[in-house]
Amino acid sequence: MIELDGASKRFGETQAVRDVNLRVREGETTVLIGPSGCGKSTLLRLMIGLLRPDAGVVRFGEAPVPPASKGLRAMRHRMGYVIQKGGLFPHLTGRGNVALLPRHLGWRERRTAERIDELAALVQLPREHLSSYPPQLSGGQRQRVSLMRALALDPDVLLLDEPLGALDPLIRADLQEDLRGIFRGLGKTVVLVTHDMSEAGYFGDRIVLMRQGQTVQDGPFRALLEEPANGFVERFINAQRSLVS
Amino acid sequence: MRHKPRPGERTRANNRASKASGRTTIFLLLLLLAAPAQAQDTTRTTEALTSGSKKFTENVILGAMAAQLWEARGFRARHRAQLGGSRFLWEALRGGDIDAYPEYTGTLVQEILPESAGLDSSSTSENLRRELRERGVRMTRPLGFNNTYALGMKKARAAKLGIETISDLRDHPNLKVAFTNEFMDRGDGWPALRKAYDLPHVPRGVDHDIAYRGLRSGAVDVIDLYSTDAEIEAYDLRVLDDDRDFFTRYEAVYLYRAGLAERAPGAVQALRQLEGRIDAETMTRLNKRSKIDGVDAEKGAARFLNETILAGTGQAARADVAGFWTRLGQRSREHGVLVGLSLTLAVLLAVPLGVAAAKGGAAGQSLLLLVGLTYTVPSLALLALMVPPLGLGRVPAVTALFLYSLLPIVWNTYTGLRDIDGPTRASAEALGLSPWAKLRRVELPLAARSVLAGVKIAAVINVGTATLGALIGAGGYGQPILTGIRRADLRLILEGTIPAAVLTVLLLALLEGIERFVLPEGLRR
Repeated sequence: MIELDGASKRFGETQAVRDVNLRVREGETTVLIGPSGCGKSTLLRLMIGLLRPDAGVVRFGEAPVPPASKGLRAMRHRMGYVIQKGGLFPHLTGRGNVALLPRHLGWRERRTAERIDELAALVQLPREHLSSYPPQLSGGQRQRVSLMRALALDPDVLLLDEPLGALDPLIRADLQEDLRGIFRGLGKTVVLVTHDMSEAGYFGDRIVLMRQGQTVQDGPFRALLEEPANGFVERFINAQRSLVS
Repeated sequence: MRHKPRPGERTRANNRASKASGRTTIFLLLLLLAAPAQAQDTTRTTEALTSGSKKFTENVILGAMAAQLWEARGFRARHRAQLGGSRFLWEALRGGDIDAYPEYTGTLVQEILPESAGLDSSSTSENLRRELRERGVRMTRPLGFNNTYALGMKKARAAKLGIETISDLRDHPNLKVAFTNEFMDRGDGWPALRKAYDLPHVPRGVDHDIAYRGLRSGAVDVIDLYSTDAEIEAYDLRVLDDDRDFFTRYEAVYLYRAGLAERAPGAVQALRQLEGRIDAETMTRLNKRSKIDGVDAEKGAARFLNETILAGTGQAARADVAGFWTRLGQRSREHGVLVGLSLTLAVLLAVPLGVAAAKGGAAGQSLLLLVGLTYTVPSLALLALMVPPLGLGRVPAVTALFLYSLLPIVWNTYTGLRDIDGPTRASAEALGLSPWAKLRRVELPLAARSVLAGVKIAAVINVGTATLGALIGAGGYGQPILTGIRRADLRLILEGTIPAAVLTVLLLALLEGIERFVLPEGLRR
């Protein structure tokens, strides 16, 4: 579905992503994990064309991500993107946020309203919260609205950048469960960025561990636990474990 | 600097050396220093003839007389009072904004005509006329007084000592002499005067007001002044005769456009009725009545004309002096149009410019800088710069105010757009909206608070700066302020500043209301 072929990205002195080759398979949930600054968010931004690789190619479907144009916008309509604190627009209500893109694309009000009802049921958000403005919503509610916005056009792919990162533990556990249910139910291709190993294990069919802009190990959760590719993988997993237990 | 209200004359005794070099600078300064306007007759839609005047009392009175004499002959006439300084009126005359204005021969020779004209204080009036004619300007004969530098004493004291001329001072070396610092310093002032008359005195340099006060208390015997100053009558002074013809002559005349006689038969004759009719004493009395007794210049002029020039002719001069509420209403309309129009235009252009600046990379930065540079031009200078290409009145004033209002709106739009945080920006981008939709649906609403703050700042600055519009004949609340400054009349100054303050408050309230209406609910705090 998404392919990175020798992709590299540098910010000034920092080589954020270095020669990464990765294939995101359709219908799978792929988790990008690693310590802060390992390049996992950059990878996600390359996929949706918010960043352009300095070298290598990023493909969506069969074609390279188009340059800024109608083509790029059309591609983005097939992707949903959720970031840590939701990235909701504070000047619009929850409903306004979700309806923004459908309205822009000329959907009839009725169709938009029906879609919003469907999505609210899917993410289990009480409908009255949709008339609230983002600052009036709790962190968990905001993430649910954000997910609705990402899903509005029923995209093929969901890209989530630490969607649970800013939440309280209890809310987080709730949402984590709901999210997994949604991903499984919809059968979408999902790429999720996290720095939390247990979260990765919870969501991921496949886990890609990154360090300093490169992939270190790529496989199912169990493989990382049982056959760490090197000392770093082992240390990373153990460190997270000791935190949990 | 002795005479605040006489900027046009400030350099008059100045020598020619300084003239050639700094002409451009002086031109600008003169425009600025020189100029307020009292457009008394703006209610009339068409005026066949327009007189102008500089911003000091004497010139305003003479400008009023010109318009009143025309009106008495049945012309539609208008007096654009308190326009700029000499250079400014000269340009307005040649450009056709005005048909005539009162000028002084010395000013023409020293300041207005180029050095290449080869004139000096000894030139004949024929030479002067020839130079004027080459520039499309005509001149009446002198009106009868010479408003030049002079020395003055209390009448009683002079009589007691038997002093009538400057030469007589030589016999009284112990007189206490106080001159303005300007007169003390300039080459053609005291140093040259002392040589010319071989005077033994040691004058003190003082401020003009202090000199008058000293004269009254007896601490000072002799001061410098202009020969038709209102104070001469107010303080009962004697102007000492310049018996060695030291000071350059500043004979008052009317300048008018070539072709005026053909275009408006009788108009020139009307002006010429005043030739030789106003002597220094009369002018001083008229100046005093207006400047010190507070009689409106228009009224003073009309009274003089009716009592002398027009007496028995069957014609009558009429002073159009509106009542307080009429004046206030008219000025409010004028000011409102200046502010409303310039601010609206500024918003319409500045918001797109701010967007361009925020999106335009290096070019956008240059744009910000460029808009910023307009602010380095002082507001007065900006107004003055508008006059050569745009003439007098509302158009140049609105243009200048418009330019002045751009900066806060452009910069605040830019800042508002740039301050949108990274995650929000990325979310908008990732959504796949077209650039225009992204701007309209997300970015501009988020920047709205900042944009509106910019508009409010621009509005406040605009109302204040618009008072300067009176300097170039655009009317408004600046009108009474300028007259008030000229007459040192606080009441008149307040008549302009208080309504301006009220307008500012009203405008801010209006913008606050607009803000409530347009600002998205989610952004209201």
